[in-house]
Amino acid sequence: MLKTFKIGGVHPPENKLSSDKTIEALPLPKTVFIPVAQHIGAPSAPVVKKGDTVKVGQVIAQSSSFVSTNIHSSVSGKVTKVDFSADSSGYPKQGIFIAVDGDEWLDEIDRSEDLVKEISLDGPEIVKKIQEAGIVGLGGATFPTHVKLVPPKGMKAEVLLINGVECEPYLTSDHRLMLEKADEILVGIQLLMKAMNVEKAVIGIENNKPDAIKLLGEKCKNYKGIGIQALKVQYPQGGEKQLINAVTGKEVPSGGLPIAVGAVVSNVGTAFAVYEAIQKNKPLFERVVTVTGKGVEKPSNFMVRIGTATSELIEAAGGLPENTGKIISGGPMMGRAIASLDVPVTKGTSGLLLMPAEESKREEIQPCIRCSRCTSVCPMGLEPYLLMTLGEKQIFDRAESERIMDCIECGSCSYTCPSNRPLLDYIRFGKGKVGAIMRSRKK
Amino acid sequence: MSKLLTVSPSPHVHSNDSTQKIMLRVVYAMIPAMAWGIYLFGFDAIRVGLISTISCVGIEYLIQKYVMKVKPSITDGSALITGILLAFNVPANIPWWIIVIGAIAAMGIGKLSFGGLGANIFNPALVGRVFLLISFPVQMTSWPSTRMMDGVDAVSAATPLGLIKEGIKNGIPVAQLEGLPKLSEMAIGFNSGSLGEVSALLLVIGGLYMLWKKVITWQTPVSILLTVVLVSGIFWVIDPELYVNPFIHLFTGGLMLGAVFMATDMVSSPMTGKGQLIYGFGIGLITIAIRMFGAYPEGISFAILIMNAFVPLINMYVKPKRFGGN
Repeated sequence: MLKTFKIGGVHPPENKLSSDKTIEALPLPKTVFIPVAQHIGAPSAPVVKKGDTVKVGQVIAQSSSFVSTNIHSSVSGKVTKVDFSADSSGYPKQGIFIAVDGDEWLDEIDRSEDLVKEISLDGPEIVKKIQEAGIVGLGGATFPTHVKLVPPKGMKAEVLLINGVECEPYLTSDHRLMLEKADEILVGIQLLMKAMNVEKAVIGIENNKPDAIKLLGEKCKNYKGIGIQALKVQYPQGGEKQLINAVTGKEVPSGGLPIAVGAVVSNVGTAFAVYEAIQKNKPLFERVVTVTGKGVEKPSNFMVRIGTATSELIEAAGGLPENTGKIISGGPMMGRAIASLDVPVTKGTSGLLLMPAEESKREEIQPCIRCSRCTSVCPMGLEPYLLMTLGEKQIFDRAESERIMDCIECGSCSYTCPSNRPLLDYIRFGKGKVGAIMRSRKK
Repeated sequence: MSKLLTVSPSPHVHSNDSTQKIMLRVVYAMIPAMAWGIYLFGFDAIRVGLISTISCVGIEYLIQKYVMKVKPSITDGSALITGILLAFNVPANIPWWIIVIGAIAAMGIGKLSFGGLGANIFNPALVGRVFLLISFPVQMTSWPSTRMMDGVDAVSAATPLGLIKEGIKNGIPVAQLEGLPKLSEMAIGFNSGSLGEVSALLLVIGGLYMLWKKVITWQTPVSILLTVVLVSGIFWVIDPELYVNPFIHLFTGGLMLGAVFMATDMVSSPMTGKGQLIYGFGIGLITIAIRMFGAYPEGISFAILIMNAFVPLINMYVKPKRFGGN
């Protein structure tokens, strides 16, 4: 019996064009731009300056507080400037520009392909090393991983859930990683389990990836405490709260963290990064990125150095199709449309999706016919039509009591609305305001 | 680079469903009942259907263009549905000008005075029907005989509900009511009535199609029908001499048309399943109350309009099941 989450959900066309494409290493770029804020939390502080030479894996920006993390150089070469440039948000962000020269890695990094199963560090040492290696949630949320591993006082993690759902249409980076790095991911999961001191881990994978379910299902028998849960294909199952609900049946309370129901969720990509950091001394400076789209000549999965410009990836996938109207960093449901091809790949970039011009524009907005589809697909059990109106009319106290802050911005409401109403746009606006009001109240 | 890219917030894909497609599915669902009406009443049914739809669409266009001065939205298909539903709710032999008045009431008062599609509180077709029922009680309750009724005069074929009402009023036992058709005949639709309400069976088929296409949910129709059967069943158990079998209530009059096509109107019904159950229960209860004790033989139109008025209140207090507990 396949499990899934209990409330709402949609099933957009999957369009996984690149699911049978092996991960290829992208050729080294000539320059990289590595932003210092690639994670949720405080931006890191640059520790290199113009003219410095750096090696692959060297720290170039240091973690500035607990909820923050180190940034490492993804290439070897010379720092040309520390300056501002637009990232996927469209806003200029501080970062480090490096002119690539050769590919010289720090000596301590083990570049062999050998699998290292033996775990020599204890829990706190693992957490410390994860923090130093700059590991964040690679599913897209980019929350620093070490913070999750240390539960707040009085709370105890019981189970580690590993997100192999990849519910966003088009994206295949996690799928490929599971097929090609299964053992590494499983060792990574054991490292996370040891760091958190839990006995049990479950990998949730949607049923549209039967090869990954089969492979990991067989391999995990060799690893104590790790199991697989096949899940019915349903968006947004990769959402933390939805995954917990699908696998354990528990509901994270409103405003609460997953730890409130004894769960911690991590992505398969994150587990792989943890393996590399602990067993291979390799900090997080590259990741798998899917480059895809209906007009793309060669939909691909690339291993990309952080800081590589979007244009390089598109070139490697066969060039920019003539009628491209929109480029999305991430998946089509939650990704961000980027304005320029100079935007760099960061730790949270799971894919690049090129949309043809005819699919890039929204249809004309029509009146709400109160069909209640937004309400029935909302995975948080909210009433998007109402929250939109409350946001539009700026009735923020009511928006708060109608639980606007519970919205996970999955976009199922806007996706499903037959009148093309910009539900999520106004809900985001409302969330921004209500969030600010709530913070000011605490002060 | 020279290329300008579109930048907009997520989501970047859409289900491709549209208001127009939903409205068309409702129209498809009405085809069986419409065809049966044409079979029963012949050319008259086509006449009423055409006058009603053309009037509704035309009046919406005129009011939007010349009174409200907005871009007419007749292509969304909602005026077409109101037109067909209004035709379904009148006798097939009604004069053309009464239909036009009904269309003005439906579109003008029922829909556009509230602001147009999505803003109306009441079901527009029912506003039209009730307006006509009160203004032209004779024309609205003189039904033509159907092609099955050989030799009967063309006008004033009594409906089963009319007979039942007379029976209750005068204390005539059900067994002695003359001309009450068999249950199976009522379900298939051999009796007379308004153009589109006659065949309960074909209306149910349309309803099942809409359920399959997710145009409607089961809560509203099922709760209405169940309430009607249960409440009329209680009376029947108490006094089977005077009160008819609950299934006769189920298959006669406008109940099925109301439950399947009128009460399920998205705009004027509640947003949540729980809310729809409350709404349907209210409609069923009021319908039976009017059928048994009111002045009119049929009460579903009034019942739906009354419960339409409660919808904002229901939406206010009946919330969906929230993730993480309410």
